[in-house]
Amino acid sequence: MTVQLKINGQTHTLDVEDDAPLLWVIRDEVGLTGTKFGCGIAQCGACTVHVDGNAQRSCVTPVSSVVGKEITTIEGISANGNTAVQQAWIDHQVPQCGYCQSGMIMAVTALLKENPHPSDQDLANAITNICRCGTYPRIRAAVRELAQKA
Amino acid sequence: MASTRRMILLGGLGAAGALVVGAVAYVGWPRNNIVEADALAAGPNERFINNWIKIAQDDTVTVVIPHCDMGTGIYTALPQMAAEELDADWSKVKVEAAPADAIFANGPLGEGFILSTQGMTDKDIPAFARGLVSNTFRTIASFMDLQVTGGSSAVRATGVYGMRIAGAAAREMLVKAAAARWNVDPSACVTRANRVIHTASNRSFGYGQLVADAATYSPSSTPQLKPRSQYTLVGKPIARVDIPKKVNGTTNYGLDVKQPDMLYAAIRISPVFGGKLKSVDSSAIDHKRGIVKTVRLDDAVVVIADRFWRARDAVAALDPQWDTNGNGAVTSAQIDARHNAALKSDDLKKDISKGDGPDALNRGRLIEATYNVPYLSHAPMEPMNATALWRSDGTLEVWSGTQDGLGSRAFCAKVANLPMDKVTFHLLPMGGGFGRRLPGYFNFLEHAVRTAQALPGKPIKLIWTRDQDMQHDYYRPNVTSHFRAALRPNGMPVAWLNDYTTDSGANSEAHIVYDIDNQALRTAKVETHIPTGPWRSVEASWHGFFIETFVDELAHAANIDPVAYRRRLLQHEPRHLAVLNTVAEKAEWGTPLGPNRARGVAIFECFQTIVAHVAEITLSGGTLKVDRVVTAVDAGMAVNPDGMKAQIEGGIIYGLSAALNGEITIDKGAVVQANFPDYEVVRLADCPQIEVHLLTSDAPLGGAGEPGVPPLAPAVANAVFAATGQRIRSLPLKNHNLTVAQR
Repeated sequence: MTVQLKINGQTHTLDVEDDAPLLWVIRDEVGLTGTKFGCGIAQCGACTVHVDGNAQRSCVTPVSSVVGKEITTIEGISANGNTAVQQAWIDHQVPQCGYCQSGMIMAVTALLKENPHPSDQDLANAITNICRCGTYPRIRAAVRELAQKA
Repeated sequence: MASTRRMILLGGLGAAGALVVGAVAYVGWPRNNIVEADALAAGPNERFINNWIKIAQDDTVTVVIPHCDMGTGIYTALPQMAAEELDADWSKVKVEAAPADAIFANGPLGEGFILSTQGMTDKDIPAFARGLVSNTFRTIASFMDLQVTGGSSAVRATGVYGMRIAGAAAREMLVKAAAARWNVDPSACVTRANRVIHTASNRSFGYGQLVADAATYSPSSTPQLKPRSQYTLVGKPIARVDIPKKVNGTTNYGLDVKQPDMLYAAIRISPVFGGKLKSVDSSAIDHKRGIVKTVRLDDAVVVIADRFWRARDAVAALDPQWDTNGNGAVTSAQIDARHNAALKSDDLKKDISKGDGPDALNRGRLIEATYNVPYLSHAPMEPMNATALWRSDGTLEVWSGTQDGLGSRAFCAKVANLPMDKVTFHLLPMGGGFGRRLPGYFNFLEHAVRTAQALPGKPIKLIWTRDQDMQHDYYRPNVTSHFRAALRPNGMPVAWLNDYTTDSGANSEAHIVYDIDNQALRTAKVETHIPTGPWRSVEASWHGFFIETFVDELAHAANIDPVAYRRRLLQHEPRHLAVLNTVAEKAEWGTPLGPNRARGVAIFECFQTIVAHVAEITLSGGTLKVDRVVTAVDAGMAVNPDGMKAQIEGGIIYGLSAALNGEITIDKGAVVQANFPDYEVVRLADCPQIEVHLLTSDAPLGGAGEPGVPPLAPAVANAVFAATGQRIRSLPLKNHNLTVAQR
């Protein structure tokens, strides 16, 4: 079937199954590879995108459920990779391998929109994304700074 | 490809008019006299190679890195070392990855590796690669020749023996070129920020202006190196060059390869290791949308489709029949029983012995304990994947992120039965390595190449799902260790006896630094069908836990404070003492904590870096929380202190995931765990506050990526003992029912 998906402000008409996972449609059909595959069962958050501004794990999201919604990927949050969150990630030297960080940044960006002043506990409750390199202390420090500045 | 063994020096103008420098000590050369060359232990046919520095006429300095980026910051730390010796202007320094080409690895050991892959068997390669990261086989040259990124070796080996020399040699050539133009002695010139300056006349040239002349000189392999006291770049927390692309999604990992007409493949490998595919009926999926081909490999079935999810769903719908090769009933309990039987047998192999060895056991009070750690999966965030294109002209092109570009190329050539020059390998950044992507553990490359061979002319990206990744890893071994110690009346040990299981050989990391007169170490060989491999910190990941928890047992048996006890045992080890004292002071060791809270300490040296942790825990209602980890580190000096801290933080968290929850178990010959819910790892909510204190010593540079791991589990386990009186002798902690001691 044909679905229309609005990704990063652009409408894509795609010939895919109703239940095709959004992650792989974004990566393989649309060609945006900043969104990563980690677990395939919504456990790790590497595939996090925004759907109407809310963080969502795209690996278990059937495309039919996001038709007509605004989908935003890491490529779509800023033209130059310089949102406040991205800049804080650079300032605090957060990424190591970097593979999980697209999902982290998308998840944290959505959190800060909802709660601009999260405590450490708010952050821990909201962000369950996995990073195997162990960048959590720097994520915490970066978010503390963002919360203070906001 | 022409043999590059004959290429003695790599000086001269490159194709783009850039000065290209790499000093190459060569087969047949006399032993090199460069600073610290002794550490190379070079025999008559051994040599080392350094990396390349290119200087362009526009003043750009490009440092070529013979390692792959897996997140440890070496694309910044290594150029810092080269730029330091070159007196380069950091704003003009660029970094490039070395291609997977023998010119960057033209050594006898590299050749030896390639030869070994030509005649490899399943056993040869893991054994060889295990050796690479063990202390017995570890030489500087081997890492560089093989382009291996592992063993916490990049800064210690490539940096110290390659980058510094390449930078200093290039600087000397530039100075000679400038001095000749001015007709002055080179010693009258200094260098600063990409310029050669004649101090007396205050004349200067930019490096770019000197490139053409400088290229006419031969690079020295024994250039003058700076003392640490003159460093201006090394030792500074310079921002990592790779990070901007990692915050906007533009770093292209192996998973992100794009090729025209690319197809996708998903795989199911025999669940039982060593099993073979007997048969599979693909008729139910053959006509599904997008399915191109079902490929029957020796040990796996692969479905190729136009899109990954279609391949994934199709391969999941199959019902392959496997020959389990006689291992279809093996369980973890059976393996543990074999460990215990082997340790009780008469068939133990002596490793080292000191003093009177076992005869000293009756000279004091006997303390005895048996420890165990489970198999662990690496579980990097990027599951194994590789893209391969088998062309009709008999050439092969492969894209993947691995910890050894040249080794990958050699491996793919062997799998495809092609000469090296018919194989191109594109090395891409890795979404985590941790040892999983080292040579010897390239099963994902083999499957990708064999899949490509089954459908020539199309690039095929083979992606392992997480369950395939977790169930077909090369695991951190399951190891059992039995200790006996004898304590003198003053509580200090007079004898230390340690027997432990191994599936390879003796482990140098079992050798203790503690001053104990009589020691005897023995190994009990237990082989299973479970594939094992290096996991972040390798042998130290288990011996660190065993030794540091058992020493804690001795301290408590002696009724001596665990820090004070270790101090006494380390009185001849000033670096260890300094690290221990620092961590004790910074963690306020000995000051009271609140109810249900406790501290534990551990110290371990790994890859020449000494790390001590103090873990602070809270136990409430049987739930363990690690609140804070205070750490002291002596790696000689940190090339990039912020990068070093990040690596130690990462090691703590990787070690904590394993200590709390990490466990791979075996049932019916196969791995039980499949994904993160049943192989839980630390997330933000479980992440302690971490304080890393870096010490500086005059010791050679130590590693950064791995040394944070080994002392973490024992520090936490020792804190649990302090809180509960329960001695934790096996991991993970989730298997223990913890209750706070009533005091």
